[in-house]
Amino acid sequence: MPVFIINRLLQAIGVILVMSVLVFVGLYLIGDPTSMLVSPEATEIERQALRKALGLDQSIWIQYLTFLGNAAHGDFGRSFLTGQPALQLIVERMPATVELVVVAMTFALVVGVPLGILAGLRPKAPSSKAIMTGSILGFSLPNFWIGLMLIMLFAVYLGVLPASARGETVNIGGVALSIFTLDGWQHLALPALTLGMAKAALIIRVTRAATREVLPMDYIKFARAKGLRPSRILKVHLLKNILIPIVTVAGLEFGQAIAFAVVTESVFSWPGMGKLLIDSIITLDRPVVVAYLIMMVFFLVILNLVIDILYIAIDPSAGEKVRD
Amino acid sequence: MSTPMTVSSTAPAEESPFRRLLMQFAENRLALVGLALLLLLAVPAILAPWIAPQNPYDIGSLDILDSQMPPGSMGEMTGITYWLGTDSQARDVLSAVLFGMRTSLLVAFVSVSASLLIGATVGLCAAYFGGWLDALLMRIVDIQLSFPAILVALIMLSILGQGLDKVIIALIVVQWAYFARTARGTALVERNREYILAARCLSLGWRRIIFRHLLPNCLPPLIVIATIDLAHAIALEATLSFLGVGVPVTQPSLGMLIANGFEFMLSGHYWISVFPGVALALAIIGINLVGDHLRDVLNPRNAQ
Repeated sequence: MPVFIINRLLQAIGVILVMSVLVFVGLYLIGDPTSMLVSPEATEIERQALRKALGLDQSIWIQYLTFLGNAAHGDFGRSFLTGQPALQLIVERMPATVELVVVAMTFALVVGVPLGILAGLRPKAPSSKAIMTGSILGFSLPNFWIGLMLIMLFAVYLGVLPASARGETVNIGGVALSIFTLDGWQHLALPALTLGMAKAALIIRVTRAATREVLPMDYIKFARAKGLRPSRILKVHLLKNILIPIVTVAGLEFGQAIAFAVVTESVFSWPGMGKLLIDSIITLDRPVVVAYLIMMVFFLVILNLVIDILYIAIDPSAGEKVRD
Repeated sequence: MSTPMTVSSTAPAEESPFRRLLMQFAENRLALVGLALLLLLAVPAILAPWIAPQNPYDIGSLDILDSQMPPGSMGEMTGITYWLGTDSQARDVLSAVLFGMRTSLLVAFVSVSASLLIGATVGLCAAYFGGWLDALLMRIVDIQLSFPAILVALIMLSILGQGLDKVIIALIVVQWAYFARTARGTALVERNREYILAARCLSLGWRRIIFRHLLPNCLPPLIVIATIDLAHAIALEATLSFLGVGVPVTQPSLGMLIANGFEFMLSGHYWISVFPGVALALAIIGINLVGDHLRDVLNPRNAQ
């Protein structure tokens, strides 16, 4: 076990380093941000001065090492556009994204687990087939398409929910959150539903598969033979055993949802990290793009590591497989 | 027990395996609906330059007075009935959808074919040679698959810039790993079969064994994955183009058409966005219906 953790930790560090080189070298080989920052009438001397000020006059390797050294203590450089530290820009937008993803994942679990169990208990019933068809649509239709349809329905035709931006926020411990105001919830509803529906579709499939696997087990048969109420078998014997795959997938999907929020946020003009990334890619604001990507890679690698370790902790038989 | 090899060589003459698969496929009505849907979308899209009412990217054929006309209205200057309306630049939405579908299908088809080729080669080599090569290749696949597809595509596109070819490259980078994993999984089983041993005893070259003996027998699952992956590729390309980092303005795909109409949707001019959206959804649903059933048909457990 400790060997496995150290092994994975080293691998994680390797991945982060490789990704940082990839992202950095890749992004520094394209475009010239100075052309976007200075007016077209600027003289060559002014351009040179700006390049020098941004550190763009040095070789790529010097720039990379400087970048890596600074990144190690949280300095990803300043945004070319606003002049603010890149990390600060991202951190400011983080609560909005995390809020959106947490609400969406909660929705996905609350809707997905019961529907998945239902479909798993009676695989042949028409209702189960309807659930499964719905879930295929849920994860094969693109996220932005679902968002557009929801906007069409709720914002344009029914006119009951706003189609863009974030609602009124309340400041709690220095973090602006919108889930404590009615206006906040109204604005949150559609983006969270958009993101949540795709994730619910996946949770349904995982739950169904797990339910089908657990049902023929001896302990379920034994519980039935003992004459336990079906509701008790469901709650105690079934639910406890299908939780392992559900929790694992939900954890992995949390990371995916943070990345996928890029799309949802762009559709609904939700002021989160994802919208910032897209805006920064389009305006060639490299420090922000690099900082976002490095942070996401870091986050995803850590998340995967934690889930792997948790998985072994919960399920002893998985630990044996790893050792092989 | 019969190996896939003997199935294909000793099948009765009156019913070839291909014909049997075709019959099995035709049994499912939903899959046929999916296939019909796909043909209905793909054929006009491929023929778009010849059958579309208008070339939407020929500025000369547009009449700016016709902009944002509702579906079914008639252009006074152009004499075209705009069955699906026009967009903000007076382009016929029907023609734009046909051309857009063409771009979307092109990107999806090319990227999936290339991913299949690269992924299958990597997967088969990993399974055939095993050892450190297998460990290394699969580690790369694992790491790649632990990152969300959209994030990998965004990294690639922010490095490469915009363009049809760049979107295709980004999609290949995103997708090859799925094929590699599937190919390896299947090949690990196949490589211990008698026909591979026989080929080895004949001391055939590894290239010949991998591509002439191993590959044909690993194809069914790869075909299923490739079919379903077409839908993923279309969806991902649409998403990237919707975000404005995908295809160029001169060759818009469905995703970009939807993005262009997005701002007009709130003012009730739904048709600019909705019709490309419907075409996109129908294509994805059609592919899924076909792919889902193909999986059942090609699954050896069901073939009896």
